[in-house]
Amino acid sequence: MRTIYILWLRQLKRFIRKRASLVGALGQPVLFLFALGFGLSPIYARAGEGDYIQFLAPGIIAMTILFTAIFNGVDLIWEKQFGFLKETFVAPVSRFSILIGKTLGGATIAAIQGVIVFLITLTAGFRPESLAMLPLAFLYLILIAFLFAALGTTIAARLDDMQGFPLIINFVIQPLFFLSGAIFPIVGLPKFLEFITKINPLSYGIDGMRYALSGANVFSPFVSLGVLIGVSIAILFVGAYQFSRVEL
Amino acid sequence: MIKIKNVTRKFGDFTAVDNISLEVAKGEVFAFLGPNGAGKTTTIKMLTTLLRPTQGEIFLDGHNVKENPAATRRSFGIVFQDPSLDNELTAYENMQFHAILYDLSKQLYTERIPKLLELVELTDRKDSYVKFFSGGMKRRLEIARGLLHHPKVLFLDEPTIGLDPQTRNHIWTYVRNLNKVEGVTIFFTTHHMEEVDRIAERIAIIDHGKIIAQGAPEEIRKSTGANNLEDAFISLTGHEIREEEGNVGQNIMKINRKLMG
Repeated sequence: MRTIYILWLRQLKRFIRKRASLVGALGQPVLFLFALGFGLSPIYARAGEGDYIQFLAPGIIAMTILFTAIFNGVDLIWEKQFGFLKETFVAPVSRFSILIGKTLGGATIAAIQGVIVFLITLTAGFRPESLAMLPLAFLYLILIAFLFAALGTTIAARLDDMQGFPLIINFVIQPLFFLSGAIFPIVGLPKFLEFITKINPLSYGIDGMRYALSGANVFSPFVSLGVLIGVSIAILFVGAYQFSRVEL
Repeated sequence: MIKIKNVTRKFGDFTAVDNISLEVAKGEVFAFLGPNGAGKTTTIKMLTTLLRPTQGEIFLDGHNVKENPAATRRSFGIVFQDPSLDNELTAYENMQFHAILYDLSKQLYTERIPKLLELVELTDRKDSYVKFFSGGMKRRLEIARGLLHHPKVLFLDEPTIGLDPQTRNHIWTYVRNLNKVEGVTIFFTTHHMEEVDRIAERIAIIDHGKIIAQGAPEEIRKSTGANNLEDAFISLTGHEIREEEGNVGQNIMKINRKLMG
């Protein structure tokens, strides 16, 4: 427990000390929120769907968490290259605790960013349906953060340098985001696209959050919870295996 | 204390370490020498559980390194060839991180950390971020960190690289003292033969993954008929200059250049 705590604390300290990256990471969600939110809202209203900001805000919050969580997991590649991971790997600490510490650290940072973006959406006119549902929204937020921090860490265990980083952005993060129902409703889609959105775990996270924040959902909130938890556990299994094989 | 039995390590087709056997007694100061790319760091990585041998067995303090890495890890401390500090943490925080990973009690580490920082003369910089440290200060901090959990074996992979003579002198005096007073077994690599002459009781020379000579420094010198250890080393390993394959240091320099523009 102590080792997991110190690994977590280290990441948090690094995050707090790098204020530039904190602010930098908010640029993208703010841009998406204002450009898409205000740009598409007349069309959305004309289609009879109501207030687009109300629909979009949970998606933008989830996007922030997705990016931050995966980036923080992938941070591991730097630790490999700059040598710090060796210090952790020669210590009498199980690889699994290192994986968990790293994942919790990344997840906490992503959750903090998610909350900040939630506050920003309020300035753009987003209003949660009910305050009583906010704790549930927070639960989804944390689960999304954990899942993708674990995914980022697991991917990083396989990569030796940052050369693969564009691949992660273009073939993991962007598809997860665009094919998740973050920016459009996932009902009435072409069959193929609908299939992809349904195998994307982020869709369930966003749907759960949209249920808690905007009162609209496609899946049952319990199914969403189950999918997030189940996929997280599956990723941890794969991650534990990958970690046990890492050689430095 | 250390027993290496017929160990081989391959990276694809390349054999970095080729069927070596070696024993280091408890309390011994052992120098592991060889030109760049000879297999020194690969061997140390296998001894410290970072790499698995392709073949053969390694025992450290009685633990089978391959089968029982957790117990092995408690027994040794290591100062790596490449830096392994967290630049975004302070000197004290780096030490504290290490202490908790090695499960030292708070009482124990709050007592030991100031002493070790004193020893490497970093007391007044304990709350500075490591990113502002010079190369020599980083090395000293790494050495202090490697000693924090009182290891039975201390691995030093080119610990004095890039240090001035004063700091080198300081570090070796301390290491020798640690060996004499606490009986810590020392296993080190270096390219400075005068350091070997000064503190090593026994040496092994590795080249192209094979051990080509072993014994007391004096024996090795005599066996080659050389005047000093440096000449003996060159007569054993040849005159050509080696390139180190997959040099991590160079990689880091490349990344740094990219980052800094």
